[in-house]
Amino acid sequence: MAQPKPQTVFAPWTDPDAKPLIRFRNVTKRFGDFTAIDDLTLDIYEKEFFALLGPSGCGKTTMMRMLAGFESITEGTIELAGQDIAPVPPNKRAVNMMFQSYALFPHLSVWDNIAFGLRREGMEKDRMNTRVEEMLRLTRLERFAKRKPHQISGGQRQRVALARSLAKAPKLLLLDEPLGALDAKLRQDTQFELMDIQEKTGTTFVIVTHDQEEAMTVASRVAVMDEGRLMQVDTPAEIYEQPATTYVADFIGDVNLMKGNADPKEGFVLLDWAPNQPQIKAETSKNFAAGQELHYAIRPEKIAITAEKPAEAPNALQGKVLDIAYLGNISTYHVELPGGQIVKAQTANTRRLANRGFTWEDEVWLSWTATAGVLLES
Amino acid sequence: MRRFSWFNATSLTLGFAFLYMPMIILVIYSFNASKLVTVWGGFSTRWYGTLIRNEAFLDAAWVTLQVGVVSSTVATILGTMAAQVMVRAGRFPGRTLFSGMIYAPLVMPEVITGLSLLLLFIGIGLDRGIFTIILAHTTFSMCYVSVVVSSRLVAFDRALEEAALDLGCTHFEAFRLVTLPIIAPAVISGWLLAFTLSLDDLVIASFTAGPSATTLPMKIWSSVRLGVSPEINALSTLMIAVVTIGVVTASLLSKRASIRRQQEEREAFQVTP
Ligand SMILES: Nc1ncnc2c1ncn2[C@@H]1O[C@H](COP(=O)(O)OP(=O)(O)OP(=O)(O)O)[C@@H](O)[C@H]1O
Ligand SMILES: [Mg+2]
Repeated sequence: MAQPKPQTVFAPWTDPDAKPLIRFRNVTKRFGDFTAIDDLTLDIYEKEFFALLGPSGCGKTTMMRMLAGFESITEGTIELAGQDIAPVPPNKRAVNMMFQSYALFPHLSVWDNIAFGLRREGMEKDRMNTRVEEMLRLTRLERFAKRKPHQISGGQRQRVALARSLAKAPKLLLLDEPLGALDAKLRQDTQFELMDIQEKTGTTFVIVTHDQEEAMTVASRVAVMDEGRLMQVDTPAEIYEQPATTYVADFIGDVNLMKGNADPKEGFVLLDWAPNQPQIKAETSKNFAAGQELHYAIRPEKIAITAEKPAEAPNALQGKVLDIAYLGNISTYHVELPGGQIVKAQTANTRRLANRGFTWEDEVWLSWTATAGVLLES
Repeated sequence: MRRFSWFNATSLTLGFAFLYMPMIILVIYSFNASKLVTVWGGFSTRWYGTLIRNEAFLDAAWVTLQVGVVSSTVATILGTMAAQVMVRAGRFPGRTLFSGMIYAPLVMPEVITGLSLLLLFIGIGLDRGIFTIILAHTTFSMCYVSVVVSSRLVAFDRALEEAALDLGCTHFEAFRLVTLPIIAPAVISGWLLAFTLSLDDLVIASFTAGPSATTLPMKIWSSVRLGVSPEINALSTLMIAVVTIGVVTASLLSKRASIRRQQEEREAFQVTP
């Protein structure tokens, strides 16, 4: 689905000749008999902004710690720029990590925390001062330079940790939930700042986040993980529009899932999903067997909600408004179909609240095109 | 909340009397002009004079100081290293045995420790003197240091060391630049504890000292067996004075440090224009 515009589109993963910066080859990590990372194979390319997404405890931090050198690899190999990193100690790796717990040095001021890595490098004083000031400006910490970590707020600490890991301008930067404690505005600014840094320095970022929107905004590719395994690795748009499994569809964003049996036709599939309901028509290039059990996944914003039955919609269902969630810019309508199934439909609130079209208990029509949803094997 | 009550006042007085009465009596009698310890013969400082001219006591004091400083310093270094290994190294074969062995001298009767050290020194043909006392004191105070330091290390966030490694430190640099400054208070109290234990010790020193070196507690003990002399009272009063000055200085220093820190914090909080 990637548009072939080789000059402008950054997509080294589609190029079979591109050399990945990081190569996970069948990597397994066990703690005792608990498997934290399970046979993981993955390539990350230079200058990528790679986001790791997944529920708590799925192994995101463990993956990063293996890259940084704090966790040994039980099986398999990790290569960094073509070299096996297993024998390289953490202080010799061109990798910096921002810790989930920040790990700021409590006995050093904010300034000295940021300068710590530069001092170790033996950077000369003038250049170091300039660099630290630059980092302070970037993270808006100029006023707090003299304070100790226990004298600043949680969000400020997070920015110090970020500044400290950025200061050395490493080849690979690992950010473990770097923006979790920031307010929405500052978070957005920092996200753009990170992307800007990345464009300027060409650093490769691997970022862990619990915030899907963040992953969508900043990432060149997103990996969705579950229980130590990769569920899908793809661009944000692909992950969102073409999830590979119901798990990914459900984990990223809001989705309506309908289970049914396939009735394959030429170029599309009709899905029997509930008795006394019209079949769902879905265009697909995949081949399914007749009667095969499938899930149909469709995003709420792809569903239009109208008072009258639309004239020419491939899919149209009637239902009753059960609930309305007003989210400011958008509203989500929970519509109950006659069989009891609840479908979510989203519309942008282009008008003021008072002019809104529907209210509770209204009979409405839901409609969508044949290409709006995807069919997933169970 | 702070109301006066006779019960509180009485228990306070009794408690303090119990603690300090013996010492006060000792201090008072050190200024006794009479040679008889129990008979008050007027105020005098003559025993301090004779004490200063008493070579044997001065030698013993010098030995005690040397033993204390050297043994507590070595014990602090070794004890900190042992603590670091036990808290950080994770599981390795013999870990339980090792940690058990470090703590063993803590519960071992001093007589046994002293005796076994004596046998060892005789066995390897080491001449007993100040060196053997230092070795013995290092041995038994090291485990106290390691207990104090490891309790601090357990609470220490491992990620700090990892962050230091991540930013380019070797393991030793990470320890020197990050771990040590943070656990410094525990290391210093470990040193003070070891020093106090060394000053205190009579039993182990008696086993391991030779004719060439006698510590102050040994000297006092042996002279008291011939009868308490006013000179001993004077010496003990001096020791009390030294300890008091030490404690007061330490608390003043720490108070000044905390005031300075508060001031720094205030400055840091001022918004720079
Ligand atoms: N040192 C360890 N010993 C044993 N188990 C561990 C260790 N470190 C991590 N684990 C386990 O490995 C799994 C993955 O942990 P990890 O820290 O990578 O999760 P995570 O994806 O970063 O979660 P979160 O989003 O909550 O930070 C967890 O189930 C955790 O309990
Ligand atoms: Mg984590």
